Amino acid sequence: MIKFLIKGLLRDKSRSRIPVLVVAVGVMLTVFMHAFVTGYMGDTIEMNARFTHGHVKVMTRAYAEEMNQMPNDLALLEVDELTNKLNAMFPDVIWSPRIQFGGLVDVPDKNGETRSQGPAFGMALDFLSAHSAEVKRMNIEKTLVRGSLITKPGQALLSEKFAQNLGLKPGDEFTLIGSTMYGSMAFYNFTLAGTVTFGVEQMDRGALLVDIYDARIALNMENAVGELIGFLSDGFYNNDEAKAIASEFNAVYAETEDEYAPVMKTLAQQGTMGQYVALVDVWTVYISMVFVIAMALVLWNAGLLGALRRYGEFGIRLAMGEEKRHVFNTLIYESFVIGVLGTILGTAFGLLFSWLMQTYPIDMSAMLEGATMMMPTQIKARITPDTYYIGFIPGLLSTVVGSALAGIGIFKRKTSQLFKELEA
Amino acid sequence: MRTITLLIVLFLALTGFSAPDASEILKKVDQNLSSENRVMESTITIHGKRNSRTMTSRSYAVGTEKAFTEYLSPARDAGTKMLKLENQLWIYSPSTDRTIQISGHMLRQSVMGSDLSYEDMMDDRKLTDTYTATLEGTETVDGREVYLISLEAKVDDVAYHSQKMWVDTERFVPLKQEMFAKSGQLLKRLEMRDVEKISGRWFPRTMVYKDMLKQGGGTEYTVTKIEFDVDIPEYIFSKAALKQ
Repeated sequence: MIKFLIKGLLRDKSRSRIPVLVVAVGVMLTVFMHAFVTGYMGDTIEMNARFTHGHVKVMTRAYAEEMNQMPNDLALLEVDELTNKLNAMFPDVIWSPRIQFGGLVDVPDKNGETRSQGPAFGMALDFLSAHSAEVKRMNIEKTLVRGSLITKPGQALLSEKFAQNLGLKPGDEFTLIGSTMYGSMAFYNFTLAGTVTFGVEQMDRGALLVDIYDARIALNMENAVGELIGFLSDGFYNNDEAKAIASEFNAVYAETEDEYAPVMKTLAQQGTMGQYVALVDVWTVYISMVFVIAMALVLWNAGLLGALRRYGEFGIRLAMGEEKRHVFNTLIYESFVIGVLGTILGTAFGLLFSWLMQTYPIDMSAMLEGATMMMPTQIKARITPDTYYIGFIPGLLSTVVGSALAGIGIFKRKTSQLFKELEA
Repeated sequence: MRTITLLIVLFLALTGFSAPDASEILKKVDQNLSSENRVMESTITIHGKRNSRTMTSRSYAVGTEKAFTEYLSPARDAGTKMLKLENQLWIYSPSTDRTIQISGHMLRQSVMGSDLSYEDMMDDRKLTDTYTATLEGTETVDGREVYLISLEAKVDDVAYHSQKMWVDTERFVPLKQEMFAKSGQLLKRLEMRDVEKISGRWFPRTMVYKDMLKQGGGTEYTVTKIEFDVDIPEYIFSKAALKQ
C-alpha cells in the first residue's frame, strides 16, 4: 500500500514537488529558529549562570532579599561546613564560592599619592585551588588581552578598558578600597597580572577579578562568602532539575526563622531571569505552532488545488467501489510520506544553516556599547539534540492537518452523481 | 502693693524665669563641646546587625581645622590613621602602606563600619557658625529638663540641613539630637549620656549614634580619657605623621 502510494507520488510530480518544498522550507525555518533561540537566549542564560547566578545559588535569607546590593555583611558564615553538607546532599552539583563586591581601584604615583581612581565591580572566585574549574568555566584564558592569569595570591585581573582608563599595565600595583564584611573600610594591594575582555559591556567597564583567598583577607571574610553557586553536572541549566534541588535543600531549613539561615535559589528565581527562562521554554513552542498553522493553511490550499485536479481520479475510485474513508486515508498516508520527506530535507538544510551560524557567529559588540544588561556580544545558533527532531512536529502535523482539511471534500461527493460527473 | 507685684513679675521675667535666647543656648553648647585643642582616648562599640565589635582610638584636635586619629585596636584596625586638615581628609592603611585622600561621595561612607560618616567626623565647626537656632519649648529627657531647639543650616556645606536638639537647661549639653535631610527625612539620631564636668566644662562621656538608614543597634562612642587645652606637637598634623 505504502509502496503504491510512494510510486504514485514519484510519478506524479505535481502531487509531491510543491508540498515537499513547502514542508521543507517551513521545517528548515523551524529548525533554524530553534537553534537560533537556543543559541542566543540559551547563551544569555548560561552567561548569567557562569558570571553571577549559577544554576542554583546558596545565600543567607537576608542576603537573598538584597542580592543586587552585594550585602557582604549578610554573607554566609562557616562555609566549609556548609559546602561539605551540600556535597553530601547533591554529589552531582559542582559548588563554587563567590564574593561580589564594589570598591574603588586606586592607582598610586611614585610618591604613593593617588594618580588615578575608578569604581570597580569586583568578583572573587577560586583561581588557585587545584580542583577549581572556575577559570575554565568563565573562559578567562580566552578573554585574556594582556599579561597572564592569576597564578599566585595578591594578583588581580582588570578589564582591559578599565586598566587603560587607569593607566595600568601588567605588573603594576594598585590598591582596592572597599568595605569589609563588618563595614570597616578595606584596603588591599594587588599586582595586576593581566587584563581581560569579556565581550559584556557591563563587565568591561570596570571588572576586577581576584582570587577568593585574597578577597577573604581584604574584606575580613574568613570562612565566609557572599554566595555559593552550584552548576549542574551536564553544564546546562535545567529548570526542573534546579527547582528539585532547591526544594530539597530549602526543606532542611524550613522550620528555622533565622534570617541568616541558608536559602537556595534557582537561576530562574533570581532577578528577571525567571521571565527569561520561561521565555526560552515557550519560544520553541511558539515558533513550532506558528509554522504548523501557517503551513497547514498553505498545504490546505495546495490540497484543495490538488483535490480539484484529482477530482476525476477520486470520482473513478469511488465509482469503482472504493470507500470514501479509504480514499481519505490514502490521502493522509500520502501527506504523511510528503511530510517525512519534506521534514528530512528541511531538517538537513536547517541544520546546515544552524551549523553555519554556530561556527561563524554574528558580532554585535559595536551595537551593545553602553548596555547595562549582561548580554552576549555574539549572536550564534546552538544545535542541541532537540534540533534534530523539532522539525518533525510542524513538518508532519501541518501536512496531515492540511490534507485532512482538503480531504473533507471527499465525504461530500454523492455516489449517485459520480457517473454523471465522469461523463461530463 | 500692686507696684511691688509688678516689679517682682518684671524682675522674674528678666532674670531666672525667662528662657535664654536660642542662639545664647547654642553658644553655651559650643562653649562646652568646642575647645582650642584636645587629646582624647575613646572606645567605639559598633552594634551591627549580626554582632558587635569594639575599637579603641586616640585623637588629637586643634580648633576645628586640624584633627588626627589613630586606631589602637583591634589588631586588624590598629595603626590605621586619619588626618584632617581644614576640609581635606587622608586615611593611612598600614597593611597597604598607602595614604589615600577621602573625597567626594566617599566622605559619606561609614567610618570603620560605624554609624558615623567621614562627613560627620570632618564637620567640627561651631554650631553657632553653621546653624540658626529657634527655641521650640522645654521638655524632659532622661529625667532632666531640656530646651528643645530647632537648627536650620545657614551655610551650604553642612552634612545636615536641619537638626533638633534637646539641650540640658542647667548644663547646656545636648542630651539628644536628631539630624534631618533637606527633604525632612530623619538621617541620624544622637544620644549623649554620662555628662561630667571636665576641666570646667560639661562634657558627655558617652555618645550613641544611630544612622537611621542603616540596620543595626547604633554606635556607642565612649570617651575614656580627655584633656583640654594641652600642647600638641605640630608634626602630628602632617601627612608624614600618618606613616610613622
